[in-house]
Amino acid sequence: MKYIDEYRDGRIAGSLAAAIRSRVTRPWVLMEICGGQTHTIMRYGLEDVLPPEIELVHGPGCPVCVAALETVDKAIAIASRPEVIFVSYGDMLRVPGTNSDLFRVKAAGGDVRVVYSPMDTLKIARANPTRKVVFFGIGFETTAPANAMAVWQAKREGLENFSMLVSHVLVPPAMRLILSSPENRVQGLIAPGHVCAVMGWREYEELARDFHMPVVIGGFEPLDLLEAIRMLVCQLEDGRAEVENQYVRSVTYAGNQAAQRVMGQVFEVTDRAWRGIGAIPRSGYRLREEFAAYDAGKLFGTEGIAAAEPADCIGAQVLQGLRKPAECSAFSTRCTPESPLGAPMVSTEGVCAAYYRYRRYAAIEGAR
Amino acid sequence: MSVTCPTPLPAQDMVLLGHGSGGKLSAELLRDVFLPAFANPVLGKLDDQASLEIGGARLAFTTDSFVVKPLFFRGGDIGSLAVHGTVNDLAMGGAHPMFLSAAFILEEGFPTGDLRRIVQSMAGAAARAGVTIVTGDTKVVEKGHGDGVYINTTGIGLRRDGVILSSDRVRTGDAVILSGSLGNHGVAILCEREGLELETDVESDSAALHTLVDAIFAVTPRIRCMRDPTRGGLASTLNEIAGRSRVGITIFEETLVIHDAVRGACELLGLDPLYVANEGKLVAMVAPEAAGDVVTAMRQHPLGRDAAIIGVAGGARAGMVTMRTSLGTTRIVDMLAGDQLPRIC
Repeated sequence: MKYIDEYRDGRIAGSLAAAIRSRVTRPWVLMEICGGQTHTIMRYGLEDVLPPEIELVHGPGCPVCVAALETVDKAIAIASRPEVIFVSYGDMLRVPGTNSDLFRVKAAGGDVRVVYSPMDTLKIARANPTRKVVFFGIGFETTAPANAMAVWQAKREGLENFSMLVSHVLVPPAMRLILSSPENRVQGLIAPGHVCAVMGWREYEELARDFHMPVVIGGFEPLDLLEAIRMLVCQLEDGRAEVENQYVRSVTYAGNQAAQRVMGQVFEVTDRAWRGIGAIPRSGYRLREEFAAYDAGKLFGTEGIAAAEPADCIGAQVLQGLRKPAECSAFSTRCTPESPLGAPMVSTEGVCAAYYRYRRYAAIEGAR
Repeated sequence: MSVTCPTPLPAQDMVLLGHGSGGKLSAELLRDVFLPAFANPVLGKLDDQASLEIGGARLAFTTDSFVVKPLFFRGGDIGSLAVHGTVNDLAMGGAHPMFLSAAFILEEGFPTGDLRRIVQSMAGAAARAGVTIVTGDTKVVEKGHGDGVYINTTGIGLRRDGVILSSDRVRTGDAVILSGSLGNHGVAILCEREGLELETDVESDSAALHTLVDAIFAVTPRIRCMRDPTRGGLASTLNEIAGRSRVGITIFEETLVIHDAVRGACELLGLDPLYVANEGKLVAMVAPEAAGDVVTAMRQHPLGRDAAIIGVAGGARAGMVTMRTSLGTTRIVDMLAGDQLPRIC
């Protein structure tokens, strides 16, 4: 299939792996930030073709995993109301809140629907003028433009029965927190290609400079990731700490400026709690005051909902690349995708779920 | 930085949509609710059909309910699907399908024109498959309590002499043979769901497979088991076989046929075609020395033109399915908990 097979070619993968082997002289710890990249690494077993000097650790870039428990609880509270049609991306439905999840709300009679685009939520709102239609606006900078556009369009139309529960998270502040930790082991970053397609890579130049950290913006196919790893190894072996763009077919320096404009009009930066990590200053988006009429948190009075996240898994260290999933005593025994104990096991893009699904025996044997 | 995580949810206390997905949740429901209540050796085989002997006749007996939405889709409709599904469950047991029942649960207000169309389609599918619909039932539920029409079909067939097929008979070294391309039915249905607005020309592969099974048995009796990888897809079917036979199964990514339109839709929607439903494909686990003949015979049948050996029993832990990827690496092909969910990005 054109534009897919070219990036999954086993022969080219072999020559990229050989190029990495020929450059590497000592151990390096690299982090891929995005959950989609983690998923590809596991699904294609890329660690099998890399030389033993390269250790991949996995970043916090799974938007479903890092949605705070209290955010999920707020969604459940709103979705349980009889007048509400609650609309979400599909993979949020299985994420457990404190006592329930959206699948259970649906099973108990709640009107919970899945869409692929927030703009579809506007259609639902237009078709159901007597109901209150709420979209679950979560995700990184990747989903923010479409979510912002939906709110902007609703305001323009005067669509009064539409609102959004916004809990967006931003990549650079979380990376800054991870890299400034005294325990940090990460020596090179594969930056998230889709986030950079929206935002450009100015913020990653600051990370590279402040932490003397090589950064390569990577795509999501196996060859994208092998090429990004090769570029990082070259930087590390040369002693460079620059931002390089592997994902040239999607990412430009300035990013998508039309998307940035609408995000800037609708959202403003705020402090945000991350599941498994905790509160990170200025690491999220919320709706601006002029869009308060579309703020589901305000409309449904869920702002007071708080949730305590009890300590029982090593999710925080896993999401910071400090430990691997199989080093957790609960991995694949008490903690599985069917009954997740921790954030990284709840979504298919979560690192523990990816290990469980594709690599669990290799991972367990490696850890022992 | 604190170490925190969400609490696990309490044990399942209500039925979720995922319980109908054919994945782990379905298996749990079977294990925890149905099997303890109905326990008997015939049911305990957990095959797609029961093998019975009544007055010297060796019978295969099966039932299936159809709740597909939309009712009409490219390549078929709920009527033909209800015939093919039950015919195939009989055929996968090595039986000759003979008679079907048809039970309808209709929603008040459902257009009789649509009902006629569905019933005509059933009649045509039954005639082509050589089965007779000999009994039935109709119930009507109040408006809002059903999705237009649900259909249940039950089938009875005559088992071949000397043939015992069961998912617990696979041995290390057996060949895994798949009759053709993956994912066509599931993608055809998804593309026609309201709100998706994904235009493709993918057609459902819905078809009766018993003549393909005849073609296989014409060349060898050395078949261990056959399954049609419907809901949950090839991955779930192979996991069930691996679990029941306590063998590992290894499949080879490069041998799988997945049409470009199906792959494209799956890429776009974040789905893995290995888990997408098929309604006109079969997987046969075959003794290694007979595998070549089986593939040759299948390729001469219109429903088996793309048949190929896609894997082998062995090379993985007992009960587990792994795949050699196109990059030459190995990964687990796990059973999913519930339905595949569209990913956020």
